[in-house]
Amino acid sequence: MKKVFSRPKSMKDAEFHYCPGCGHSIIHRLIAEVIDELGIQEKVIGIPPAGCAVLAYNYLDVDMGEAPHGRGAAVATGIKRALPDSIVFSYQGDGDIAAIGTAETIHAANRGELFTTIFVNNGVYGMTGGQMAPTTLVGQSSTTTPGGRKSERDGFPIDLSEMLAIANGSVYIERTSVHSPKHIIHTRKAIKKAFKVQMAGLGFSLVEVLSPCPTNWKMSPVRANELIDSTIIKYFPLKVIKDEVGKL
Amino acid sequence: MSEKKLLRGSHTIAEAAVRAGCRFYFGYPITPQNELTEYMSSALASVPGGVFIQSESELAAINMVIGVSMTGKRVMTSSSSPGISLKQEGISYLAGQELPAVIVNTMRGGPGLGNIAPAQGDYFQATKGGGHGDYRIIVLAPGSGQELADFTKLAFEYADKYRIPVMILGDGMMGQMMEPVEFPDPIDIDSLTPKPWVLGGAKGRASRIIKSLVLDTAAMEEHNWKLHRKHQMIEREIPQVETFLTDDARMAIVAYGTASRIAKGAIKKVRGIGLKVGLIRPKTLWPFPERFFVEMSRVMSDFLVFEMSTGQMVEDVKLSLEGRGRVHFHGRPGGVVPTPDEIAKVITTIYYKEKLDKGN
Repeated sequence: MKKVFSRPKSMKDAEFHYCPGCGHSIIHRLIAEVIDELGIQEKVIGIPPAGCAVLAYNYLDVDMGEAPHGRGAAVATGIKRALPDSIVFSYQGDGDIAAIGTAETIHAANRGELFTTIFVNNGVYGMTGGQMAPTTLVGQSSTTTPGGRKSERDGFPIDLSEMLAIANGSVYIERTSVHSPKHIIHTRKAIKKAFKVQMAGLGFSLVEVLSPCPTNWKMSPVRANELIDSTIIKYFPLKVIKDEVGKL
Repeated sequence: MSEKKLLRGSHTIAEAAVRAGCRFYFGYPITPQNELTEYMSSALASVPGGVFIQSESELAAINMVIGVSMTGKRVMTSSSSPGISLKQEGISYLAGQELPAVIVNTMRGGPGLGNIAPAQGDYFQATKGGGHGDYRIIVLAPGSGQELADFTKLAFEYADKYRIPVMILGDGMMGQMMEPVEFPDPIDIDSLTPKPWVLGGAKGRASRIIKSLVLDTAAMEEHNWKLHRKHQMIEREIPQVETFLTDDARMAIVAYGTASRIAKGAIKKVRGIGLKVGLIRPKTLWPFPERFFVEMSRVMSDFLVFEMSTGQMVEDVKLSLEGRGRVHFHGRPGGVVPTPDEIAKVITTIYYKEKLDKGN
């Protein structure tokens, strides 16, 4: 029999702890596939966030160093500056990167730090049980916005990727999604491009991935994917936000 | 050894760090220690592989330190009191992940924004952990320009040897004061023992994880005991004190850093009128040289702790003596630097009150 599908080499033989329908496992796998494809497993150092995905190091078979909540960009800066030949990525959620770690992220992008960020946007604090995130949509319920997010009280969902695009040191920023096979395939391409941007030493690269959190959105995985398609991408449009590198 | 150079304290630490193989420095401006950051910016620009980043915050600086430390390279950050508070998050992670790093605190008056004058109000923060969780860091208290150089080198050695953050605890006076210093020759970075735990890509070996998250409580407890055993080993191996005129002393002033220099001046004065007073200067604040105080209690009865605070180290002196001597305290908090005359008066008052002039 011909083997047509297998675990990427850069992925450990471990069962995901993620909830059914969660986007993290898909995104982890895409990163592992890209690492394999680029043949860079021996050079990669990853930085997991605080949150559900802190356990990324149980699944990705590369060197990984844990950062305090939100400080991924600063830890990545330290590692990459110390080992310029390594390939460094931070994996960060919306609360991690767009609330508590905003300053570190904007300044790393502005310095044009040569690492890649995978920004997983699911609009909610997952690990802590579903509180409002900086990216929670107006009207969206969470455990801290019981009647839905009100902009006059809670502010608006923050467009961090667009903010990062303003920084002169960023060169490639794209927003993708993993709510359908088509979008998953495209996300993989974007992640690969971001790593290649880093490998070519061109500047800061980031892929924001819209990702479902059925557990905290309190809906089925199918309904969660539909919500991204019908509603979330209207506020967070899928697009290349900044590309100063073109084809690689 | 090279020739003597006249340098201000902050520059001395910076120069000594570069000579100790530190090629990575991250910092954020804060008075009274900006000279250290500025020196590193030019020093690291002129050595191969040197990296200097003026970070966007103290938080960013200490987390850049974490990143470099994960790769095994020698790295330093520095700040003054309010900035060190911000770094405490990262220091806790460094301790939990057993990562070496050198942190300089040039203490100023506090709490809050306080002022920019020399003070010693961060003793508790430095020696009792500082951040969250059950940990200690090594705290060195230099008392002269030469010691700033020597302790900086030692700080990097201890950090690597014990895989622990090391703090150099100075103050605004130590940082600004100019003194002659003889620097050790620069080390050969390639001669340092390779660290078997670093991140650098899983080439020809299994992938590695450096983390402080331990969800299993039994494993977390064991990690805490492991850190504790390391702390106990450090407590056995590195406590250091300087004594001055203690051989015949009936009373000792206990002071560190700038306060110890003022105390020395006061002791010289009171010796002139026949008072048998000496100085005990802890050079390591954590580990605190406890056993040494027990030994001293066999030859003298009174200990006058003098700090530029309302009294912090005095608690460790009392704990060390466990009632074996009378402990007195004199403090000047808020950035006030008293004169040797003031301290001499305090010494004299206590000396006669306790009738130390009587008997043999």
